[in-house]
Amino acid sequence: MTTLNASTSRRRFLKGAGALTLSFSVPLVDVYSQTAPEKPRLVGDLQTNRMLSAWIRIQSADKSVLLMVGKVELGQGILSAMQQVCAEELDVDFSRIRMISGDTALVPNEGTTAGSFSMPNGASAVQQASAEVRAILLGLAATQLGQPTAGMSVNDGVITAANGAKITYWDLLVGQSLQREADGKTKPKPIGEHRVIGRSVPRPDLDDKIAGRPIFLQEQHPAGMLYGYVVRPPAYTARLISLDTAPIERMPGVVKVVRSGSFLGVVATREAQALAASQAMSAAAKWNVPKALPTTAGVENWLMKAPVDKVIETKRQPRLSPGTVAKVVEASYFRPYHMHASIGTSAGIATLGSDGVLVVQTHSQSVFETRMAIAKMLDMPLEKVRLQHMQGSGCYGHNMADDAAADAALLAVAVPGKPVFLQYTREQEHQWEPYGSAMVIKTKAGLDAQGNILDWDLTLWSTPHGTRPGGQAGNLLSARYLEKPFAIPKPVNGGAPNFAADRNAIALYDFSGHNVTTHFITDMPVRVSSTRGLGAYANVVAIESFIDELAFAGGVDPVEYRLRFMKDPRARDSIVKAAEKFGWSQWRKRPGFGRGIGFAKYKNIAGYCAVALEVQVNPDNGRIRVLRAVASADVGHIVSPDGVSNQIEGGLVQGLSWTLKEEVQMDDTQILSQDWNSYPILTFSEVPPVEMVLIDRPGMPFLGAGEASQGPSGAALANAVFDATGVRFRRLPLTPDRVLQGLKKA
Amino acid sequence: IFRSDPLINFKLNGVDVKSSADQTEPLLHILSNDFKLNGQKFGCGKAQCGSCTVLVNGDPLRSCVVPLSAVSGRSVVTLEGLSVKGKPSKLQQAFVQEQAAQCGYCTSGIIMQAQALLDRNPTPTESEVRSALDGNLCRCGAHNRIVRAVIRASKGA
Repeated sequence: MTTLNASTSRRRFLKGAGALTLSFSVPLVDVYSQTAPEKPRLVGDLQTNRMLSAWIRIQSADKSVLLMVGKVELGQGILSAMQQVCAEELDVDFSRIRMISGDTALVPNEGTTAGSFSMPNGASAVQQASAEVRAILLGLAATQLGQPTAGMSVNDGVITAANGAKITYWDLLVGQSLQREADGKTKPKPIGEHRVIGRSVPRPDLDDKIAGRPIFLQEQHPAGMLYGYVVRPPAYTARLISLDTAPIERMPGVVKVVRSGSFLGVVATREAQALAASQAMSAAAKWNVPKALPTTAGVENWLMKAPVDKVIETKRQPRLSPGTVAKVVEASYFRPYHMHASIGTSAGIATLGSDGVLVVQTHSQSVFETRMAIAKMLDMPLEKVRLQHMQGSGCYGHNMADDAAADAALLAVAVPGKPVFLQYTREQEHQWEPYGSAMVIKTKAGLDAQGNILDWDLTLWSTPHGTRPGGQAGNLLSARYLEKPFAIPKPVNGGAPNFAADRNAIALYDFSGHNVTTHFITDMPVRVSSTRGLGAYANVVAIESFIDELAFAGGVDPVEYRLRFMKDPRARDSIVKAAEKFGWSQWRKRPGFGRGIGFAKYKNIAGYCAVALEVQVNPDNGRIRVLRAVASADVGHIVSPDGVSNQIEGGLVQGLSWTLKEEVQMDDTQILSQDWNSYPILTFSEVPPVEMVLIDRPGMPFLGAGEASQGPSGAALANAVFDATGVRFRRLPLTPDRVLQGLKKA
Repeated sequence: IFRSDPLINFKLNGVDVKSSADQTEPLLHILSNDFKLNGQKFGCGKAQCGSCTVLVNGDPLRSCVVPLSAVSGRSVVTLEGLSVKGKPSKLQQAFVQEQAAQCGYCTSGIIMQAQALLDRNPTPTESEVRSALDGNLCRCGAHNRIVRAVIRASKGA
């Protein structure tokens, strides 16, 4: 592994790759030559990992194919989708493919598994690499059989030439022939020949999980493994004043107490012993505890008054069309801090080997960049740190996976040669994970006399949505508390075309005048980072609520009103199909019942999703019951229909949970949401039946499905509650108390 | 109380076993770390999420808050104990058929909770399934698939 920070041309290239490190599998000389103009632009992550041998190996020993990817499985089913794509293009059975993912010593560096990029960048790369490898194998077969490649067919790795002669992939002398760069010349299969893409192939990992075979990081038991716990301060800015560690060191099973500055940890022989020691340490430690939090009720006000680091003109489109503004409508929306709220707390296993190499098993989304951050934190050479991805509980963005990897590493270097397993307590995960940022969004529209939108303005205030490790130690939680603390790097707001705080802040509708302004606040009294969709959820809820308000004000059906301003044909299709499946036109109003619709094209460049749903609101207690929901999804060419359904529905349910229930609670000192009672999420009885309309676009690019439905589901819910009650709720979540208050005021 | 035998004896997935661990240690730790079973996962340590659910004498209990001493002389069944001669049970097969998971971390606890339901009520309605699973949290949003899997298993399909 080599760090590059030299010439600007190289920098430009690396900026495009979104990474400052490259896998060893791409020799440095290749990196230099990649800027040469004659290199073809390759699809997805092949562009930055061009060697075919970095992705695929033909393994004769067990007649298998090894597929190596930098993207990792987070429960979203991505490895299964990639395996399907590889099986399709290589013409081998799905079950012949073995996969290695997220091992920094073995796989291509595909950056972070996030942002719905894994299908467009990862699966597309696998598709092209597989197609090229197949062509190389046919070429080798042609030489060996003395037959032309034209007329050859392949079935599960068995090549049959026009004259009937057969040879398998595993009989070919592949040798060095995959040790070359992809050239982009071989075209993937014609869609008409697809046998695996487009089928719902059952996920192999689910077989293991349902049978209880060890597949999760939390299920690994390397020989001699010890158990570690860390002790967190009582508040973000608290610092350790005093602690007598001697009594802790005498506790049963304690192997090592680790103390550096305000960082405290303990390693013991048994898990319960480590936990007991950490609790004793926590009770004995004295801290100074400043009051530095805005309180739950004060978050909105804090956001509006906090110093703004940058005012970003996300969009400026002055109105050119004629027309007279007859009416101006304004609204203000608020979303609170949300948790990732993984069911399993984050964990890591680290071992400092006798060779001086620190190996860390982690469920991080960004093994390469987290590796670099850990190396810097420990002041170790990069080549002495190896991260290996193993599955953990679903993360839904940057949760504490990287922190757990770093903490396991901090403890492991204190007990060389011994694997240390660390898993956070529930309180630690709830209180210390980086939350999805709270946001304020103000909208303003100028309407003509017919209620048409002439001018549309959206202005938002947000703290950052990205504090991932990114190769910097200061983004690892514990690194900030060490004796030589690492400063928190100043976050930046990701720009076009993906955006971050202002992701989906530009409405996809065609408005003549259209301005979007982002107030980016880098003060972070509350720890924040990437949470599924970043700013998209709140921006979509605001946009789709506001357009609903305008439709209502104009007395126009909300579906019809949306279509009036929507030119994108795929967007129109998505909206119409959801409405039709819902039975929008046949729906009849009854007291207490309401329907709502919400739509977004994720990031304005990815998946289209519309959600229509029906609610019942109880006026006596303010309780909202979602009776049923329909989602339409156009995520491009579908590899696994069931995989897409699972992601869209899961996102919808999570979006409902955020919108109905979720808000991180805090006083002026501490996070008060410490468990599932103080941070409730949607339960089985509260989840509505969901119907799905999948819109397949064969031959179109993969768009990803993981973050398409949260915004639309939240918006549809808010709109349905308005339809049911006549009261517009603009502050989330829509808890019974808040609904009841709103109904009383109305 | 005088104990002549420092070991806790219990039945684990049909086999008689002993544990010499501290009797106050949670059953979850014993099953995971000493017996290397995977059917119970740590989620909260407070009996709030259900991901550590195992059956103790047929009752679905949260193994994160059950001390080892509480299973003395009792029968403990984990996810691994549901399979018949190494083959997944009907309920497990139904979860595979419905692809009733995303990350799968909560799944084994939910399967144990659902097994306890089916043991008492072999033909539950959908709303009975949902109620029975309300103490088990799923964050991925696989709820409807899970409900379908339990109903499918109840129909013997």
